[in-house]
Amino acid sequence: MKLKYLSPIVFLALIFSCSTDDNNDSNPVNEVEGLLLIKEIVNGNQTIELFNEKGLFETGYNEISIRIKNNTTDTYYENTSLSWIPMMQMPTMQHSCPKSTINKVSGKNTVYSGFIIYQMAGMDSSGWSLTIEYTVDGLEYSVTDTINVLQYENQNVASFMASNNTRYILALIEPKDPSIAINTMKVGLFKMENMMTFPVVEDYTITLDPRMPGMGNHSSPNNTNLTFNSTDNFYYGDLSLTMTGYWKLNLKLMNASDEVLKGEDVTEENEASSLYLELEF
Amino acid sequence: MKQLITVILCALFSFYGTSQEQKKDTTKLEEVVIITRRKLNNNRQEKTLSSIDDYLEKSNNVTMIKRGNYAWEPTLNNMVSDRLVVTIDGMQIFGACTDKMDPITSYVDVSNLEKVTIGSGQEGTENGHCVGGGIDLQLPTSKFNDSGLKSSIDLGYETNGDFFATGLDLEYSRQKFFISADGIFRTSENYDAGNNEEVLYSQFQKYNISLQSGYEISEIHSLDANIIYDRATDVGYPALPMDVSLADALISSVTHYYKPTDKPFKSLETKVYFNTITHIMDDTNRPDVPIRMDMPGWSDTYGFYSKANITKNNHHFTFNLNGFYNKSLAEMTMFSSNPNEPDMFMYTWPDIRTLYSGLFIKDNWRISDSQTFSSSIRLGFHNNRIAKEVGVESLRIFHPDIDDQQNRFLMSLASSYNIKKETLNMALGLGYGERAPSVSEGYGFFLFNSFDNYDYIGNPNLKNEKALEANFSFSKTYNKFKVSVESSYFYIMDYIIGDIEPSISSMTIGANGVRIYSALDNVSIFDVYLNSSYNISDSFSINGTLGYNYGKGSNGENLPLIRPFPYFAELNFKKPKFNVALQLDGNGNQSKYSSFYGEDETAAYAILNLNLGNAFYGKKGRTILKYGIENILDSKYSTYADWNNIPRQGRNFYINLSYLLP
Repeated sequence: MKLKYLSPIVFLALIFSCSTDDNNDSNPVNEVEGLLLIKEIVNGNQTIELFNEKGLFETGYNEISIRIKNNTTDTYYENTSLSWIPMMQMPTMQHSCPKSTINKVSGKNTVYSGFIIYQMAGMDSSGWSLTIEYTVDGLEYSVTDTINVLQYENQNVASFMASNNTRYILALIEPKDPSIAINTMKVGLFKMENMMTFPVVEDYTITLDPRMPGMGNHSSPNNTNLTFNSTDNFYYGDLSLTMTGYWKLNLKLMNASDEVLKGEDVTEENEASSLYLELEF
Repeated sequence: MKQLITVILCALFSFYGTSQEQKKDTTKLEEVVIITRRKLNNNRQEKTLSSIDDYLEKSNNVTMIKRGNYAWEPTLNNMVSDRLVVTIDGMQIFGACTDKMDPITSYVDVSNLEKVTIGSGQEGTENGHCVGGGIDLQLPTSKFNDSGLKSSIDLGYETNGDFFATGLDLEYSRQKFFISADGIFRTSENYDAGNNEEVLYSQFQKYNISLQSGYEISEIHSLDANIIYDRATDVGYPALPMDVSLADALISSVTHYYKPTDKPFKSLETKVYFNTITHIMDDTNRPDVPIRMDMPGWSDTYGFYSKANITKNNHHFTFNLNGFYNKSLAEMTMFSSNPNEPDMFMYTWPDIRTLYSGLFIKDNWRISDSQTFSSSIRLGFHNNRIAKEVGVESLRIFHPDIDDQQNRFLMSLASSYNIKKETLNMALGLGYGERAPSVSEGYGFFLFNSFDNYDYIGNPNLKNEKALEANFSFSKTYNKFKVSVESSYFYIMDYIIGDIEPSISSMTIGANGVRIYSALDNVSIFDVYLNSSYNISDSFSINGTLGYNYGKGSNGENLPLIRPFPYFAELNFKKPKFNVALQLDGNGNQSKYSSFYGEDETAAYAILNLNLGNAFYGKKGRTILKYGIENILDSKYSTYADWNNIPRQGRNFYINLSYLLP
């Protein structure tokens, strides 16, 4: 008796659950939702699409999402391997910059990601170029195109010669959305081994002294020095910001034996360190 | 009784009142009647158009901290406003300025009020928890006296600062209905200190209007509605780096009165109220500042109280159940002098919500005709919440382990024993009280205090401040001579005060550093006053007051803002239609100043004042004229309570004219 009344409900429920499944299949999720297209590079039957949150490259740390489209089928490759070489062409020489490997984004089928840290801007399609090497359907391809890198409004990356005659590149990664709080500060530190190789520097310490030059060099309490985290190869520390505005993050780079390689203490006489990053919010 | 000083400033509502000489003016605070042993200081209100601040200052225990010529901050028993509960007719109201530039007393005018009740120490807990005492600015009571239409006009002028004030009162009363309205306008240019030195940024301008109306539903039920709007603009604060372009308050309430006849249950008064304050502080008028800034603040309070009076045998019980919800928000924007850099912003009060509810019970027991024993208790629940997430985060920079909420239970107890005989009065009191930190003490974020030149940061983890208190008063009359002594002692535990935090860099350019609110183990505050008066003849009298104050913390440091040796003497001549008084008012040298808390030594001073008053009675109305000279010798002086030692007014001629229409 009861079953007789229940069965149509169960039946209807089944139908609806099936139909939702169908919808899912025919409309795959947009895997780059919320990201903006930076550039498309067409290479024969493939188009490489580069995305990030702003839709443009800027100096400093750029997190980049990539996917490769099969122009014939209008679908995206799910099994591919990619690598990249950013290159700056200067009048007398050329050099690359720190970058990560490119890995598939977990939970996504077609999107791969990595980062590039541009230490300088390059506009008008002269200067920076990006070479992408990739494998699809068992074949290797390579494509190079020029890119524009805009100058970010603040110094979010520092490229400097240290006292040990080595050039380092230091880039601010976090906080992306600073607030009046103790923020987690994350930076990447790389050594310029040669024009093309920029390995991660491990186990150094970066001291932190945030200041507001516009407020009589006001500082904030409870900041911590940045230390190396071997799980993701970045440096982390606490950055407290007591108000919105322009902050100069004065830094000192110290090697594993605590020798200062670059930067000075901020004192009454010395308004800022020669090694610093900038922040505005 | 304890050191209860009730300064009753009787209103002039009826033309058919008692003796005419009491009706000196048309503003409602027309006479200071001091119950208990404060009689020596009565009749010290010389101007009919004085501000509330002037009136309050007449009380021994009250001193006004001055940051300018306007909006003085009352202190009681050498304790500042955080330790007091200041209410308007039982209504909680909180200033919206992080720098205490708008004490509650600045949002009402004498014309709004009938009397001011000052309760010292735990005697002042009827409306809330406090350590130092309570000040209740009371609105006029209902007047269903069928007196028809009445009106009066006031005019006042003072030479120093070109001060001008004018007020208008209108009242219409029937047997079951009344409505009264009053307005007052005050304006002043910069005043001159002694030797004609102009004190820049001491100007102000304000007006205040109030409307009160009542309806008698039946013989035992009536309803009252009251609304006050107060607006001050262009207020200078010479002692501070900023001025106020707007201080605006709307204070409203509806009250229900229930007065049964011939029952032990005497009355029940229930009020619901709302008030909102906007306070805009800026430095637009200052030519030379390190950085331009705006510091607006807002404070909204919703509340109620229900007060019952029950008399049984020799006991008089008062019950007061009250609650309020306050929202305090203040922010600071600093305009970057470098156009490439963004403006700087922070919440100085990050939207702090305070919810309080509590119960007060008092028993006044008449043991005999001359002896009374009274005891009171207040229990309350106090909750603070930081409504802005950014507020929680910003305070966590200094206090990593704080929550967005903080609950406190508060208690206060008081008892006193009084003897009152014809020629002898004596009172002995004991009390214990607790208070929660104020919004600034708990949650302030880089509040600059120009007094000690430090930035202050609140501390939500502060313990309740607790006070043990003992007080004593005695007075005796011998024929024409009267002498009285009154004294109180406070032993305060977990006394909230700022502690220098050398590792933290100040925000304000040029500040000495940062203090975080913390607590001293204990402090002792003591005061004693000796009053005496002698009636030479019926119309000639002389009186004088001497005082001694002491305050020291467990760290061995003197406390700030402790009054140095005050004295006052007055020679009075009084006839029904004429009176004249010569006053000497002074303070000794501030030898026990607190350099640790940013004070410097204030030199001794004494000033002379001359006050005169005339009354003229005619068929077409009554005219009251008050005139005189303040600081006759034009001495240049400042007191210990003058912020950054700004000098007080030099010689000042004043005249007040009141005209009461019949």
